[in-house]
Amino acid sequence: MIVAKRKPFEEIKGLIQGYKKILVVGCGTCVAVCLAGGEKEVGVLAAELRLSQKSEKEPAEFGEATVQRQCDREFLAELDDLVPEYDALLSMACGAGIQFLAERFPDTPVFPAVDTTFIGVNQDVGWYEERCKACGSCVLGMTAGICPVTMCAKSLLNGPCGGTNGSSCEVDPNQPCAWHMIYERLARQGRLDKIIEICPANDWRNQKPQTLIQPGYEERYESGK
Amino acid sequence: MKSGSKLEKILSAGHFAFTGELGPPRGANLEAIQKKAGHLKGVVDSVNITDNQTAVVRMSSWAASILAIQEGLEPNYQMVCRDRNRLAMQSDILGAYALGIRNMLCLSGDHQQFGDHPQCKGVFDIDSMQLIMAVKEMRDGKFINGQEIDEPPRMFIGAAANPFAEPFEWRVYRLAKKIKAGADFIQTQCIYNMEKMREWVKRARDMGLTEKVYILAGITPMKSLGMARYMKSKVPGMDVPDEVINRLKGVEKKKQGQEGIAMACEQIQEFKEMKGISGIHLMAIEWEHRVPEIAEQAGMLPRPEV
Repeated sequence: MIVAKRKPFEEIKGLIQGYKKILVVGCGTCVAVCLAGGEKEVGVLAAELRLSQKSEKEPAEFGEATVQRQCDREFLAELDDLVPEYDALLSMACGAGIQFLAERFPDTPVFPAVDTTFIGVNQDVGWYEERCKACGSCVLGMTAGICPVTMCAKSLLNGPCGGTNGSSCEVDPNQPCAWHMIYERLARQGRLDKIIEICPANDWRNQKPQTLIQPGYEERYESGK
Repeated sequence: MKSGSKLEKILSAGHFAFTGELGPPRGANLEAIQKKAGHLKGVVDSVNITDNQTAVVRMSSWAASILAIQEGLEPNYQMVCRDRNRLAMQSDILGAYALGIRNMLCLSGDHQQFGDHPQCKGVFDIDSMQLIMAVKEMRDGKFINGQEIDEPPRMFIGAAANPFAEPFEWRVYRLAKKIKAGADFIQTQCIYNMEKMREWVKRARDMGLTEKVYILAGITPMKSLGMARYMKSKVPGMDVPDEVINRLKGVEKKKQGQEGIAMACEQIQEFKEMKGISGIHLMAIEWEHRVPEIAEQAGMLPRPEV
């Protein structure tokens, strides 16, 4: 899932300063699962914002709405009648959701209430760890299911570097060395031959905005152009 | 000859090589380089010019390498993967060669978090293995993308090895990968754990690797007990056994530097005899002025003329 973190409250306040009627928009998918921007977090943020307005002469008003996915038009359409009543939107979705919301309502300023941090996994309640950088050319078959682009601080494809401290990464003793883990797991599976060969320079396919049309859909979108 | 560098000539003639290190200044300070170079001239065969070491901004390693040439030294131009992508790397290599640089050391680089601009974006477009391969391909006339080079840069290609970092069993295979990628010579991490070093060299010998590459043993004399303790606890990938600490503890503070030099000289003596070791890489960090005395004491002078 995509993991996000709520921005500091003062930063959020600064972003929406001057607007009088603001709709806080949550997203019911990734950011809800990682406890950053689902219906519950929308309620908490809206309550905090209302409270902070109490001493104001003309306190701003805050509405709340959460859609299943802000990265999907079908769900954004649910907001079509509601948005015109507000003069700003405060989105708690990931960066993609925020942009799709802004695209749907181009006349209304949209502000982010969260920082999108990474594609990760749920280690335990409230504890998430990054696992994928969406580099566009997956090497997990070679590296025993451990991503060196993400998990190695230097994204080495022919690690480990000389800085390992025991089995930890040089940048953080609490971060295991990705290449140490790769070595151990491949050894356990009897597949060290996978990393004996030199892995050539990566083809970084995430260096420009990308569009993906799945096989079978090409004609549909070509004819629509 | 691959490059015709002095270092290559020394090694291929079977001489026991002796290389030093010169860290560029944190400013456009030409005098600082001249001063450091003065201590090293005629004492070492080649001088590593570090590339923003420990991720701290310094004068660029290619520029400092050119200045070293002007001071009568042969540079070993270091390049790390942290600060530039494959476009910048290849163009810098062309420029460096055109200006007379003939040796290169290819490194991943310390992570930017350790340096003076920890917020910066680390590049790591390619890694040290891929850089070695690129410099080799460039020497053979091709860019990384396979296109032909008009006048290839013929570098003598160096790589680093850390015999002490985990997983130990894998280190010798990683050395093999670097040789396969195109490394002509290896400079190791600073060695303090001689037992582990002997074992690593033995494994390299058993795999026939020491026949394929020149290995220069990395030596950094301890200046003090404080430095030894710092190296043991703070420097990534460093293996400082207790016996080193205890030996420095055993002498009074004023004589610890001298003891450090004595220990380094003992190591050098052992490496001169060790099959599979082709020379010494002396990293006397901010101690360039003591290099002539260390070289003398270690019996490394005079340097052979080639």
